[in-house]
Amino acid sequence: MSGETRDVLGHYMEQQLRKHEPWDVIVVGAGPGGSIAARDCARQGLKTLVIDKRQELGTPVRCGEGLGQVWIKIAGLEYDPSWCLQEMRGAAITLHNGEEIVIETENRGYIIERKEFEKRLAEHAIAEGATYIVKTLVNGVIMDEQGCVAGIKCKNMEGEFEVKAKLVIAADGVDSQIARFAGIRTHVPVTEVDTGFQYYMTNMKIKHPNLIHLFIGNDVAPRGYVWIFPKADDKANVGIGITGWHEKTPKWYLDKFINEHPEYFENASIAELNGGCCPVTNPIKKPYAAGLLVVGDAAHMVNAIHGGGIGNAMEAGRIAATVAKEAVEANDFSEGFLKLYNDRFLEIRGNQLNRVVKVRKFFEKLSDADIESLHSFFKGKENDVLTFSEGDKLKTFASLFARNPRLAVIAAKTLLTG
Amino acid sequence: MVTKLKIDGVKCIYCGGCTSVCPVTALTLKEIYIDIDQDTCTQCNACVKFCPVDAISLVQIEGQK
Repeated sequence: MSGETRDVLGHYMEQQLRKHEPWDVIVVGAGPGGSIAARDCARQGLKTLVIDKRQELGTPVRCGEGLGQVWIKIAGLEYDPSWCLQEMRGAAITLHNGEEIVIETENRGYIIERKEFEKRLAEHAIAEGATYIVKTLVNGVIMDEQGCVAGIKCKNMEGEFEVKAKLVIAADGVDSQIARFAGIRTHVPVTEVDTGFQYYMTNMKIKHPNLIHLFIGNDVAPRGYVWIFPKADDKANVGIGITGWHEKTPKWYLDKFINEHPEYFENASIAELNGGCCPVTNPIKKPYAAGLLVVGDAAHMVNAIHGGGIGNAMEAGRIAATVAKEAVEANDFSEGFLKLYNDRFLEIRGNQLNRVVKVRKFFEKLSDADIESLHSFFKGKENDVLTFSEGDKLKTFASLFARNPRLAVIAAKTLLTG
Repeated sequence: MVTKLKIDGVKCIYCGGCTSVCPVTALTLKEIYIDIDQDTCTQCNACVKFCPVDAISLVQIEGQK
């Protein structure tokens, strides 16, 4: 049998890869950004292939799983009890001194079940005509003579393959590789990421089952927060995100927090554990190249204050799909044409995300005492905290804070720059 | 004596964060493990600092080049 390989594995995944080659669009990564892009591409009649390296979509979870209703609407989705778990009606923020600020808001949201959510999004895209393939690692891109991305190279249990496409959408998350293959730097300096760790705990005593609980303070979570996101009245994601350059790990801080709060955790136990990396920096300046668009976490499209990225990724996915359709119609996949994608993203969301980074820089300079004096400016108008953390009306807030000399200086150096 | 990057497979939760902070793309998240390209690694320590569960370290290995 020398030199021959026994065919014992079958070729169904390879057949799927070749089904419509060359594809109009190959999407790499079947998270929220990738699957929404794929759904919209397929819906517009584009031949769409989605490749994911994971064996099961939705796992491992690397997410606190909070999602505002406004994003569900933007993504063109509807309430679905299989992934919309507990409804959230606001937030309870606890300061380092134990003082609790409750903010109830009209902008409600859900704690979602990511493992179901990603599967549903894939099913929606497949129903529109997209082809999916899993457990397949994309390990390179095909470049044509003009330096334009013209497909991908991938590897799975059936072998190694090259698959051609007119356009590749890189939606491969924070550990993004595809954009790097095309020469776009997506690396994040360790000072510009938050490192996160989370337990899913059950049999808890949750004080406000319909509020997200946030705990802040430099001893609680340096440049970050501890969260309790209820998934049911007694079950929650209990997690932490802190600055990526700290000596202690987020797990150390979270374990300390749990030990110090028996009122929540006395009879609770851990049913799942996960973690992750959250870029808290500006979206990358050029999330496109000839033949390539970069979507979501891979392009650092994350809110730098709360670390949420699902909504931005889905919005970017929708914009990418619109541009993909226009590019196929114009048969133009040049950088000059695909720049449209970034122009639209900046206008709709990117400029706001850039302003939120200023707010993050403002917050990370504050001591616990500063946070207390900041709180005095928001007494009675707690909803303004949300406006501020979304990066809106920065000048108004800066002039409000100017009544406190220390905050005035910090605001001038962060909120009012550039 | 040679210094190498090492990942403790018992601690690693394959979150992939280290791959995003690596400035030279020496780390890749395969499905449930991290692949290290020792030749590309510059031992800058970014991933060691980042790792949420202290799974990555630079270790001295004797008798190797």
